Amino acid sequence: MFSLVAFIPRAVQQGVPLLLGSTGETITEKSGNLNLGIPGVMYVGAISGVIGSFFYEQSCASGELNGFFAIFIPLMCALIGSLLMGLLYCFLTVSLRANQNVTGLAMTTFGIGFGNFFGGSLIKLAGADVPSISLSATSAYFSKSLPFASKTGWFGKVFLSYGFLAYVAIIIALICAYVLKKTRVGLHLRAVGEDPAAADAAGIDVKKYKYVSTCLGCMIAGLGGLYYVMDYACGVWSNDAFGDRGWLAIALVIFTIWKPDIGILSSILFGGLYILYLYLPSGTHTEYKELYKMIPYIVTLVVLVITSMRNKREDQPPKSLGTNYFREER
Amino acid sequence: MENREVAISLRGITKSFGDVTANSNVNLDVYKGEILSLLGENGSGKTTLMNMLAGIYYPDAGQIIINGKEAVIRSPRDAFDLGIGMVHQHFKLIDVFNATENIILGLEGKLNIKEAEKRIKEICDKYGFEINTKKKIYDMSVSEKQTVEIVKVLYRGADILILDEPTAVLTPQETEKLFNVMRNMKHDGKSIVIITHKLNEVQSISDRVAVLRHGEFINDMKTSKTNAQEMTDMMVGHSVSLNIERPEPVDPKPRITVENLTVVDEEGLVKLDDVSFTANTGEILGIAGISGCGQKELLRAIAGLEIVKEGKITYIHQDGRTEELLGKSPREISELGVKLSFVPEDRLGMGLVGNMNLADNMMLRSYRNGKSRFFTEKKQPRELARKVVDKLQVATPSIDTPVRLLSGGNVQKVLVGREISSRPKVLMTAYAVRGLDISSSYQIYDLINQQKKRGAAVLFVGEDLDVLVELCDRILVLCGGKVTGIVDGRNTDKYTLGSMMTQKGEA
Amino acid sequence: MEQKVKEPRYHIVKRADINGKEAWIIRVVAILSALLLCAIITMVCTGDNPISIFATIFKGAFGTQRKTWITLQYVAVLLIISLALTPAFKMQFWNVGGEGQVLMGGLAAATCMITLADKLPNAVVILLMVVTSILAGAIWGVIPALFKAMWNTNETLSTLMMNYIATQLVAYFTIVWEVPKGSGKIGIINQNSNVGWLPNVGNKYLLSIIVATVVTIGMMIYLKYTKHGYEIEVVGESQNTARYVGISVEKVIIRTMLLSGAICGLAGLLLVGGINHTITTTISDGQGFTGVMVSWLAKFNPIAMIFTSLLIIFMGRGASEISTAFELNQSFADILTGIILFFIIGCEFFIRYKIVARKDLGKENA
Repeated sequence: MFSLVAFIPRAVQQGVPLLLGSTGETITEKSGNLNLGIPGVMYVGAISGVIGSFFYEQSCASGELNGFFAIFIPLMCALIGSLLMGLLYCFLTVSLRANQNVTGLAMTTFGIGFGNFFGGSLIKLAGADVPSISLSATSAYFSKSLPFASKTGWFGKVFLSYGFLAYVAIIIALICAYVLKKTRVGLHLRAVGEDPAAADAAGIDVKKYKYVSTCLGCMIAGLGGLYYVMDYACGVWSNDAFGDRGWLAIALVIFTIWKPDIGILSSILFGGLYILYLYLPSGTHTEYKELYKMIPYIVTLVVLVITSMRNKREDQPPKSLGTNYFREER
Repeated sequence: MENREVAISLRGITKSFGDVTANSNVNLDVYKGEILSLLGENGSGKTTLMNMLAGIYYPDAGQIIINGKEAVIRSPRDAFDLGIGMVHQHFKLIDVFNATENIILGLEGKLNIKEAEKRIKEICDKYGFEINTKKKIYDMSVSEKQTVEIVKVLYRGADILILDEPTAVLTPQETEKLFNVMRNMKHDGKSIVIITHKLNEVQSISDRVAVLRHGEFINDMKTSKTNAQEMTDMMVGHSVSLNIERPEPVDPKPRITVENLTVVDEEGLVKLDDVSFTANTGEILGIAGISGCGQKELLRAIAGLEIVKEGKITYIHQDGRTEELLGKSPREISELGVKLSFVPEDRLGMGLVGNMNLADNMMLRSYRNGKSRFFTEKKQPRELARKVVDKLQVATPSIDTPVRLLSGGNVQKVLVGREISSRPKVLMTAYAVRGLDISSSYQIYDLINQQKKRGAAVLFVGEDLDVLVELCDRILVLCGGKVTGIVDGRNTDKYTLGSMMTQKGEA
Repeated sequence: MEQKVKEPRYHIVKRADINGKEAWIIRVVAILSALLLCAIITMVCTGDNPISIFATIFKGAFGTQRKTWITLQYVAVLLIISLALTPAFKMQFWNVGGEGQVLMGGLAAATCMITLADKLPNAVVILLMVVTSILAGAIWGVIPALFKAMWNTNETLSTLMMNYIATQLVAYFTIVWEVPKGSGKIGIINQNSNVGWLPNVGNKYLLSIIVATVVTIGMMIYLKYTKHGYEIEVVGESQNTARYVGISVEKVIIRTMLLSGAICGLAGLLLVGGINHTITTTISDGQGFTGVMVSWLAKFNPIAMIFTSLLIIFMGRGASEISTAFELNQSFADILTGIILFFIIGCEFFIRYKIVARKDLGKENA
């Protein structure tokens, strides 16, 4: 039996990492940087959080965690880890003018490797005597929902049953959408991504905007990784479990035509499509679930092609996307 | 009037790009509340000089004094802070933004579109602009975009405005409108520098005129105390005899006839307007005009690279057969057996591939030939490259050197060498000697003359009037996309040409 | 002026030309620094001394004859994929869809193996596998090219999406054909009959190596000595020039992506028919992406690609030997590879540009 009240929360939980990833990638792309390293960044964000909380849990042998630290430490670790990735990307592509595609792919290789390596070796490296990384204590803090959520029936289930990061994700998306649309910083950022030479001529510090937006974008995406492991996966790290969600986040950027506020509902839609197979009527062959998982990518491709066909100027990718800018020395 | 305050004072400004000196030791003053015309031919260094005020370039030597204080202008932002604003020839606007967003771009403080629109409206009312603040740039005409650029500069509180050839893209009515606005700004105490090479405009708008030639400051004077003749003399320099060879055409016969050719660009601007002429064999037809008057489009249209609105371009074979070239791609034209060579203005961006070596660049035209359908024939291009290097004395380490590493003159020799190697029936050259030293220039003239002697019809787009007058048999003058006349090169002088080039505005 | 004004202290100048030797010195220095950093990281993680770490890496890649063969086979496959992407990159078409094109080639081969095994003789099956896998890769490659040629659709994004559509297609068929039911895997196809298994040449590793050699030489010739290769180069350098000499840019894009996809399909064929005899969604193991880097690092030169792919595989195999020896995780290899890539990517800047200090700084002190 298909129950919408049961389905929506699961779709949302699937959607939150995608939303964070795509919001981060959107503001990155708005500066003209096509960061294909986002999947790697999300891994790094996740594992950094895991490392932080692992050591914190280890240090509290008694199992009595301080709620503030249990959240603060992994959060800071995730942010710092993904910030470093962002700085690396910017240093290579903005300062050293390296090819964005190659740099991004190298970052994805590195980031996924980094995540899986520490995910698999943390216990051995730390010399701890636990069988596997299971940070259920920390996770409990991350996935704690509002106390009255369970008392408000379907409303609570659909709207109030999530950990705080889910709401943070939505707030970040709304803030980003607002900043992009309504503020001077957003105007400047869009200008940098559209036509860095014109932005430069208008007195905008192109390098600064690229650095800041890419690094912030990476930090937001890193939170997506953290949410996945701490909330969705209940603090259990297993290698490669994060899967292709990073790429799906990039697809979501295109699907939303670079608008973070559209991303909120779109991410839930993508999340829903991702798990829709679970709700196939029994008796359906399981292979069709794989075809369902294909839908987000096909839809994204269709959106991409249609926007380029219609050629409506506002819906195009930022014009300088993927190219580096430096003032011409004649 | 003589004791006006100085707004900008340039002292000993020098700037060079590699081996090319764009400005050398320029001294120039701009007073408050005046319109100064900066006059000079193409390549005389007007734009480079102004770019140093706008923070695009940084001078190699010299001082810039703004309102009595020495200033260092490293970036456009520094220029804004000093109250200098420049409207570039190529607009720096973001296509997908509307007018308001472009105008306030780069400024600080809280974003308040309503407030900004109010201020824009105030500026517009004050000086007489018309602007639709909500309109997107991509929907705008060139003149609307220009208005946005000017308002953008004024919005920043600029007291010194630099306009780089603002009228080049405008209709006469739009020009008149702009001039009215400029006069209003002058009365408001602003200083305006207008870069131009149209004498009639200098006379109608400016208080003073300063002339640059070959990167050097020649003179400045009150507009009221000079005349077109004197300005032209200063701009072009004294008539120099170049002693360029000009053999008599042998048996000229029509080779290409162009009838009623009209080209409209993507912006909807008329680039060529009802152009008709005939190019003969064994003859050099010069094409003169202020830059951007349709010379480029004319050659591109004949080469099959331009979308033509209407007209006819007919090629006449030796035996009298005719071919219509219009609507054919460059490849189809060459497959018709029409041997057409084209030396474009943009040598490394179009005529040659900078990263390829000499031999591979030779192949650009001929790579489809050769015995094999699949493999390229490398031997002949290498031989050709060697021949070109030998014959035209191209200074290059080897024929395996990428052409981007060669100097300007040598790059051009490679390009011209390739284009004439196919023994063309029609040779088109655009600014063939731009940026070349004297001896390379003469070599290019010789090569063009050789083609003329063997019976090619040559179309020579030039900017140096002395050269046109001495090299060409006939000279077609374009002004704003229209033909203002075709004169006999032997019975004309550059002053006649100069006035024909600016005729449209005067008429 | 009262306030201190700072003039630009340095500026970045494009190097007019750098001789090959100097460029290679910069690259070698970069790789050595990367290796040094890798060694330090490995030391921290394992506590072993760097010499024995490098010895372990070398042992991992070339320790035994079998290991050497496997290393070479890995190099061969990565090389083929990198070569496949190269013509697209040369014309500035960012084909990051190698992954999908390889998968589709592999899927086509697997389809033939599974569905035709008992219907047609082995030789015919193999022939069909070759044809269909190349075709499948080509189709997967040409779709984004058509979008690009017709509507100028951003090819990086479209090829990226095509990857995951291909992955899900493979996932779908994996379950359709799973053996045994419910396992989610196809397992070795035709284990007993060996139908559709590409023949062993000498030993089971050699076939890929031979194919890679042929493709390398072929690609070198194609890019350097053919009219197509010449057109690709002109389009990549300047579309303006291409139009000026009458090259149809759209046609070249479509034709080149057909080729690029076809060779990726061939790699898929080798992976399925020659090496693994099965298909999984991860059969190309990210090599469609690694190939982008291999090709770019080699400056699109097929011969240099032999070395860059060898370097990457060598580090990967070596690092996984370290992981085994010290009971670390296999992903250690990816970290080391990433570090080396970052250094090589970064060092290109110093090959293309030099930093020049401004000569006259006297003015502000005056």
